[in-house]
Amino acid sequence: MISSIVAWLGDPAHWQGPDGVPTHLREHVWYSLLAVVVAAAVALPAGLVIGHTGRGTFLVAGVANAMRAVPTLGLLILFVILLLPHIASDLVYLLPGEAVLVLLAVPPILTNTYAGVQNVPPEVRDAAAGMGMTPRGVLLRVELPCALPLVLSGVRAAVLQCVATATVLAYVSLGGFGRYIIDGQQQRDFPQMASGALLVAVLALLADGLLALLARFVVSPGVSGRAGRARPGHARALSRARGRFHPAHTLTTQELS
Amino acid sequence: MMRFRVLAGTIALAAALAACGSSSNPVGSTSGASAAAGSASGSASGGGGGVITVGSANFPENALLAEIYAGALSSKGVTVTKKLNIGSREAYIPGLQDGSIDLIPEYTGNLLAYFDKKSTATSAADVYAALPKVLPSTLKVLDQSQAEDKDAIVVTKETADKYKLTTIADLAAVAKDLVLGGPPEFETRVDGIPGLKEKYGVTFQQFKKLDAGGPLTINALKNGQVQAADVFTTDPSISTNGWVALGDPKSLYTAQNVVPLVNGAKASDAVSSALNAVSAKLDTKTLTGLVAQVVTDKKDPAVVAADWLKSSGLG
Repeated sequence: MISSIVAWLGDPAHWQGPDGVPTHLREHVWYSLLAVVVAAAVALPAGLVIGHTGRGTFLVAGVANAMRAVPTLGLLILFVILLLPHIASDLVYLLPGEAVLVLLAVPPILTNTYAGVQNVPPEVRDAAAGMGMTPRGVLLRVELPCALPLVLSGVRAAVLQCVATATVLAYVSLGGFGRYIIDGQQQRDFPQMASGALLVAVLALLADGLLALLARFVVSPGVSGRAGRARPGHARALSRARGRFHPAHTLTTQELS
Repeated sequence: MMRFRVLAGTIALAAALAACGSSSNPVGSTSGASAAAGSASGSASGGGGGVITVGSANFPENALLAEIYAGALSSKGVTVTKKLNIGSREAYIPGLQDGSIDLIPEYTGNLLAYFDKKSTATSAADVYAALPKVLPSTLKVLDQSQAEDKDAIVVTKETADKYKLTTIADLAAVAKDLVLGGPPEFETRVDGIPGLKEKYGVTFQQFKKLDAGGPLTINALKNGQVQAADVFTTDPSISTNGWVALGDPKSLYTAQNVVPLVNGAKASDAVSSALNAVSAKLDTKTLTGLVAQVVTDKKDPAVVAADWLKSSGLG
């Protein structure tokens, strides 16, 4: 089996043309990226507002968690068949495909953003307000940076879900690495099928690694705690910072009380 | 009375268990319960000359055909037991050979391919002529019917009128403007995209990978996302939508005429003439209409079969 996968992947014919790996890689990345971007555009603001105001938590607890249980393939085919009479172009396949991926990507981003903001210690929030920050300033300059590690792990989960699940889009004539899995199964070409599965797994790991790297750069060192390693002499102050979140470090609770 | 029922139940259970236990007999193991129910009503499966056990594959059209055969036979005074929905060809052919069943509705092309993988016969006459040479000596086919269940390139009435299409050959000049829909394996199958190109010089603008005559393909053709599709000839949606199944003069698709496959020892004159009379009356359009009653209208196949036999003077 492994040698046949190696042979399949090593065949130059599989690396060019409309059914080649680069084409399907492009399609797969495009489907996944579009879904995550749309999901983030919806779920990030919603999560921030819900976490900040505490209103609408039922959306997170009920709706978002229920969305995780949606049967993707069934919903995809249902959407396509419902839309077929109304849209003549190939969008009739792409829109439902993206819709089911967005449905998968929203819950992790929404719940993590909400949880991240919700879990910012109240004294930090009070401190920010005490410095004269507007509610919007508190949200964007204090709560969001503090919540960022959780938010990013939500995005990572969403990306992982989308990359893995974008394979089902091939069921409704779309491209991506799912083509190899579904065509391979139907055409009894099992090396093709296994190679497709391997490509999806590699892409998912690469995307996850990339996002982990990104998190290192965008999360404030005070929040992530990495600052400690750079300046060992300040160990005590930094361990406090780690517990209390960086943006509030200038205004510790001792000073406030 | 009570004691009798318990006894009968025990025997039925034992029969079912015995059937399930014998792994060498796939027919028994897949339909143990119905076999037991059948034998409880009087005729054991190993019975004498006058009894015929009709089997069927596990899809609605084939079970319906088996009901038609059974109805036609019993109206001629033949005692019939039924073991329907047995499974695939790999399961029921051994059952025919070991006498668990005596008769089953078959399709000529696929039956030929089962016994002779290298066969190149594709036309209805060639396939039917080749069958007796490859069948085991205990089995024989009776007359084949005009009814066929096979792949066809189907277009809408509008498309057929617009491009004046009646056969696949007519597509050669216009296919470059059309999109074809079908199952993913159609791309590589000998009688799929490669066969269309080789036999008819037909190359479509695009091939959209959907499903095997399922809802995605049917709806895409209905709504114009594809202009031609690979659909089975007995699919009721062809007639309900007024679609045109394009002719296949060069026999790209192997003929799949419905034919009774029977244990030679059981094929008495009465049995043969009853089944040949059914085959004479059965064509694709009739079969499609009957299948639609079962699949679309959810009618009992036995009732559909009995009604048709009566209206055609066979029941």
